[in-house]
Amino acid sequence: MENYYEREKGSLTVVMPREIDHHQANQLRVETDMLIEAYHVRHLVFDFSKTEFMDSSGIGVIIGRCKNLGYQGGEVSAKNLNDRIQKIFLVSGLQKIIKVEEN
Amino acid sequence: MQNRNQMKLEFDARSVNEGFARMAVAAFIAEENPTLDEISDIKTAVSEAVTNAIIHGYDDPEQKVAVICKIEGRNVEIVVEDKGKGIADVKTAMEPFYTTRPELERSGMGFAFMEAFMDEVQVISAPGEGTKVIMRKKIGA
Repeated sequence: MENYYEREKGSLTVVMPREIDHHQANQLRVETDMLIEAYHVRHLVFDFSKTEFMDSSGIGVIIGRCKNLGYQGGEVSAKNLNDRIQKIFLVSGLQKIIKVEEN
Repeated sequence: MQNRNQMKLEFDARSVNEGFARMAVAAFIAEENPTLDEISDIKTAVSEAVTNAIIHGYDDPEQKVAVICKIEGRNVEIVVEDKGKGIADVKTAMEPFYTTRPELERSGMGFAFMEAFMDEVQVISAPGEGTKVIMRKKIGA
């Protein structure tokens, strides 16, 4: 599974994989952190347009990036949430922690 | 006449099998015409329980995780079982945000997700004897 990234002026958009579970989470975490460090990212956007499944492992990845970027004064947001991912955000309380951009 | 059906899967405690386990359960219950939302809820709960067994139950990926799925009419029961380390304090383990593996960036939301997406979750565990998670959900309710 390849994860896609777009980058412009200190902003990084991570196009999340189709399924995010513990198995997928590690690669996602390692690649995202590498790019954050290499490009001095201040604004991280998780794009869920391709995501059909996410469990609590995905929540761990998002909260982890929020903490890391928060220490450096950066911000994290999410966009293109389908109904399912919205429900996951709601149940986990994630929508209180990160900004969700309107579709 | 009520529908009755049952299956059992057993697989290595490897993370690659998390996807396999939830897909297999989803395919098995598809016959009962659950809604898409119900399928997603069950897939999420299965993924959480199987991930717990793999991460917390075992250190050796050749150990086995079992998933049993029973259908009786509109009632689905899923049992996820490992013979691994077990949990000393189940009540604490089930608290939201509690995790013994923060270094893995576990969110501590696993049991909270199972409880949110299933009607009933029961955990039977003892140190050294493994863990059995029994989850029930009525579909098409």
